[in-house]
Amino acid sequence: MPLNMIVCVKQVPDPEAPPSSFQVNEADKKVVPAAGVQPVISQFDAIAVEAALRIRDAAGEGKITLISMGPAGARDVIKHGLAMGADEGVLLSDAAFEDGDSYTTALVLTTAIKKLGDVDVVLCGRQAVDWDMGVTGSAMAEMLGLPAATIARQVEHKDGKLVVERVLADGYQTVEVPIPCLVTVSNEMGEPRYPKLQQIMAAARKQVTVWAASDLGLDASQVGKKGVRLNLDRLFIPVQESKCEFVEGETPEEAATALAQKLREAKLI
Amino acid sequence: MANENGVLIFAETTDGALAPITPELLAAARRLAGSLGQPACAALVGSGVASLAQEAIAFGADKVFVADDAQLAGYTTDAYVSAMEQVCREANPAAVILGQTDIGRDLAPVLAFRLGTTVAMDCVELDVQDGKVAMTRPCYGGAARAVHTSNTMPQMATVRPKSNDPLVKDASRQGEVATVSVSLDPSALRTKLLQTKKVEAAGIRLEDAEVVVTGGRGIGGTEGFQVLEELASVLGGAVGATRAACDMGWRPVADQIGLTGKVVGPTLYIAVALSGASQHMAGCTGSKNIIAVNKDPEAIIFNYARLGIVGDYRQVMPALLEAVKKIRA
Repeated sequence: MPLNMIVCVKQVPDPEAPPSSFQVNEADKKVVPAAGVQPVISQFDAIAVEAALRIRDAAGEGKITLISMGPAGARDVIKHGLAMGADEGVLLSDAAFEDGDSYTTALVLTTAIKKLGDVDVVLCGRQAVDWDMGVTGSAMAEMLGLPAATIARQVEHKDGKLVVERVLADGYQTVEVPIPCLVTVSNEMGEPRYPKLQQIMAAARKQVTVWAASDLGLDASQVGKKGVRLNLDRLFIPVQESKCEFVEGETPEEAATALAQKLREAKLI
Repeated sequence: MANENGVLIFAETTDGALAPITPELLAAARRLAGSLGQPACAALVGSGVASLAQEAIAFGADKVFVADDAQLAGYTTDAYVSAMEQVCREANPAAVILGQTDIGRDLAPVLAFRLGTTVAMDCVELDVQDGKVAMTRPCYGGAARAVHTSNTMPQMATVRPKSNDPLVKDASRQGEVATVSVSLDPSALRTKLLQTKKVEAAGIRLEDAEVVVTGGRGIGGTEGFQVLEELASVLGGAVGATRAACDMGWRPVADQIGLTGKVVGPTLYIAVALSGASQHMAGCTGSKNIIAVNKDPEAIIFNYARLGIVGDYRQVMPALLEAVKKIRA
């Protein structure tokens, strides 16, 4: 039986942008987009697409639909996933969706999933690399009434179930989850495949469906800023107070010896 | 639910004892409870854990809710969320706090949504402002901090390990113990645990080490870590790695320190050939003293370090190793 898989992908500011370019507008409680730096697909989400592709590769069949909640430009992350090998993409875009939280995001995504019809496996990254919250995936599982296996480093489709290896602090755990289910993936799964130019061009020609709040039957009061359960009261860059004492020497060896001396004086060695 | 009262913590246990996070959570709960004028409570969930209730009280709990059942012997999401749901129905807490641990990061979101509320994860500060719990957490890979409050009850948060000092254990402390008889519907336990594999750390655990020597992308390969291992060995510490070094396959994933790796807080943290990117710093800013060695004088790590050398680790580290050996001889 071919699996019907849905992968949730998010567009985020590039975490590899120079740290000096990271700025916060405290009045608006928003990150100021760094000039000239293109947003990217959240890296755990690219790994989620990879996980779906591996399941399909192993079975020789399977459908992969991408969904993303974001501004119009988030179409780019769907295109990236399509270029990796996914079949279809849906963009959920509406001003009403903005400035939400894990709850409103999960509400929008799960409403779209229900609209898409029966799903076997929902895949997400373990956390988005902007907010680092790690809640939306599990929230979606609860809203859909699905069991969730989180922080996966390996996912296998076996005898009508998913066998998932979950990362632990000092090892890993293997669980068996019935289908339908939700899985969140971690970087230990490995590098996502990079699309070839041909695939990128083919994906560029594909249609991406766009749904607004009204298409999902959602009211503005339920979503985005108006619907949050978790308020954002303040966003700021913590002040770095420490000053580094640079230990120098004529040669690296001299500096190293001087450093060892200082560490001894500070009673650290 | 209304008239919610009390700060309830999820008391984790390991091998028949309270896990290290538990006294930390109790300290946080005591502080919040004090500000709110409410009791600090603990949910002791597991199998054969009832005897640990007194210890939870000794570390600060006013009341311990014990949910003891054979089906709670090993952690599974469904069994634990069901047990906690039942404890919360009885305790009716104003706030529920868990640790940002393997269990906490899996259980907290599911529990929050099962209870019809939400949760702020990996908080480094929790305090009370205008009668509400204000939750401060790192975001954007650690480059920023966000402060949240919850519109829904109970207010929930997970707490970063080592961000709260446990209270001094007081065996004479008095408290209440209430048994919650949990009913676990087997058909609701959807996931089956097949096996748990511990990857044995050779030597001291990173989280327990007082000295950590970490290498990053600049190390360039597996062999480069040799001198870091020798230095760690001389200092009785452990070797860590950035995600870049692990993704390259130079070090095992278990050595990874950072936002999605281990969080450490040693007395001495020696950062070698790593830039100091936020995602890594999120795993080590709890260190008391950071020392950095990097070729790049502009490397961000120097903003966090107390002492630093600008230089090639291939020359600096062997010399540092020799100098340290001499001093300690």
